[in-house]
Amino acid sequence: MTAWIYRTTRLSRQEFRNQVTGILFVMPWIVGFLTWTIIPLLSSMYYSFTRYDLLRPPVFIGIQNYTNFLTDDDFMTAARNTIWWVLLSTPSGVISAFLMAALLNTKIKGRSGFRAIFFFPSIIPSIVTATVFAYLLNIQYGAVDSVLRLLGLHAIPFLSNPDWAKPTLLLINMWAQGGAMVIFLATLQDVPRELLEAATVDGANTLQKFWSITIPMCSPVILFNMLMAFISGFQNFDLPWLLTQGGPNKATEFISLFLYRNAFLYLQMGKASALAWVLFIVIVIFTVALFRSSARWVYYRTE
Amino acid sequence: MASTTSIRGGVSADVVYKKSWVRRMGPTGIIMEIIKYVLLIGLAFSFMLPFYWMASSALKNDDQVYTYPPVWFPNPRLWSNFGEAWTIKNFNQMTFNTVVRYAIPATFGTLLSSTLVAYGFARVNWKGRDALFAVVLATMMIPFQVRLVPLFIIFKNLGWLNSYKPLVVPAFFASPFFIFMLRQFFRTIPLELSDAAKIDGASELDILFRIILPLSKPALTVVALFSLLGCWNDYLGPLIYANKEPDWTLALGVNGLANTLYESGMKTMVYPYLMAVSTIITIPVLIAFFFAQRSFIEGIALTGLKG
Repeated sequence: MTAWIYRTTRLSRQEFRNQVTGILFVMPWIVGFLTWTIIPLLSSMYYSFTRYDLLRPPVFIGIQNYTNFLTDDDFMTAARNTIWWVLLSTPSGVISAFLMAALLNTKIKGRSGFRAIFFFPSIIPSIVTATVFAYLLNIQYGAVDSVLRLLGLHAIPFLSNPDWAKPTLLLINMWAQGGAMVIFLATLQDVPRELLEAATVDGANTLQKFWSITIPMCSPVILFNMLMAFISGFQNFDLPWLLTQGGPNKATEFISLFLYRNAFLYLQMGKASALAWVLFIVIVIFTVALFRSSARWVYYRTE
Repeated sequence: MASTTSIRGGVSADVVYKKSWVRRMGPTGIIMEIIKYVLLIGLAFSFMLPFYWMASSALKNDDQVYTYPPVWFPNPRLWSNFGEAWTIKNFNQMTFNTVVRYAIPATFGTLLSSTLVAYGFARVNWKGRDALFAVVLATMMIPFQVRLVPLFIIFKNLGWLNSYKPLVVPAFFASPFFIFMLRQFFRTIPLELSDAAKIDGASELDILFRIILPLSKPALTVVALFSLLGCWNDYLGPLIYANKEPDWTLALGVNGLANTLYESGMKTMVYPYLMAVSTIITIPVLIAFFFAQRSFIEGIALTGLKG
């Protein structure tokens, strides 16, 4: 058998050995990919065309799960909230990370201390973030509103008012941008000094240099971070679930929460699977759109 | 600094300017400098505020919780809150679940499998390797929700619900993110080292374990750290697969503690107790970060730059 495969591949003995060794090394991933990705994807596709409550076998109902979404107000709310979230959390998060990195990249004392402080919020457990902010932003007893009142301002119903809940999550999201910030910082340190110095000689001011040199040089990484923010924005679950349970008045009910409810609280596995596919398709469309647009604004250094 | 002064004023000016940083920067320079530090310190302050609020509130008694204006420096300080909160729920068991049943085996599996797979992608030449690697990267785009329902059904059929198998076993099949990270690192090690070993008759496995891994300690540290941290912080995974109280992780326990306190009429102590437990479970993250700051930051920068 082996000999037959060997003959048909027309590889030299060494190449054939490499072929076998290479495939053996990556075998754990191949097996895992089939078991934990391909089979689930296919079965998820199938379940999305069924009604399935885990107790009785799935019943094929065609595209009904999908068409039902069009008239489902809860779905529409969740979809609107999710789009709102992705469109606003992506730029606000990336800008927040970029500005922090730019600030850290200037000549400052104690850079590593500031960097550590800016980075740390991004690695703490989401349950801690949720628990702390629930108290911190409490309208009556929280620290933030009491400071606002001391300054003579109105207290803000951060988590208890539907109009404020999503912007509040946005702020918390900007607070936890350490990962993207560190990536930006490494990129900023890579911007060639000669370019900046040449521009100084030509009379460019700081802002012009930032706009015409620093940002273009960082644009591939801006694209990368936007992509990451996009993907995680669509899957945002922990904080809205723990802080606001999707409320108040469904203001933070995102697709991922809606999906979790349908799957694990209402046991509507078919509907949940269809939701997941809608989410997947939307992510793909957004990603392709982002990549298409990137040809116009991303600058690749040729080396 | 020498380069900026020489551009402005040449060598002779250097001496004059060096005498005073005030003159060197000029009035706008000083204002910019002040704005910069005000921004930095203001930001740093607001970034640390939640942590200070958490730690200080953990020490409050029931009089100090619901007050206006809020108490910033609790007095008396109830250090006993930490012990009391920890025993209201069985947090020792939850620590055991989080670390021994989840984080350590999952990290072991991830390290072992991702290392092998990354080696296959980085240092063995075979047909279709790069195409398959593109597939690895593409799978990172698939939202976890698409697999959530079918995986739940698969694990239910296997009888794995209410155990850590659904969270640990898949870790033994390599994760795309860590494959990518380790592959990037392995590729920076000179191929000549492998070639020399091969001439001496070493097999690929020998090369991986005797040459590549000892040189890859920084990368392996990053993978181990990220994996441990991911398990420690994970909320959704245990929520779905380990949601019976004896199986809870710390993250689920904090949530459970809140419910217990509200139900048992200890409402006034909800926040101090929750803050106490939150503080305790943040401390290991802080310590890990303190000792491995470089690994964290370089590890993340590595994935971003090469992407």
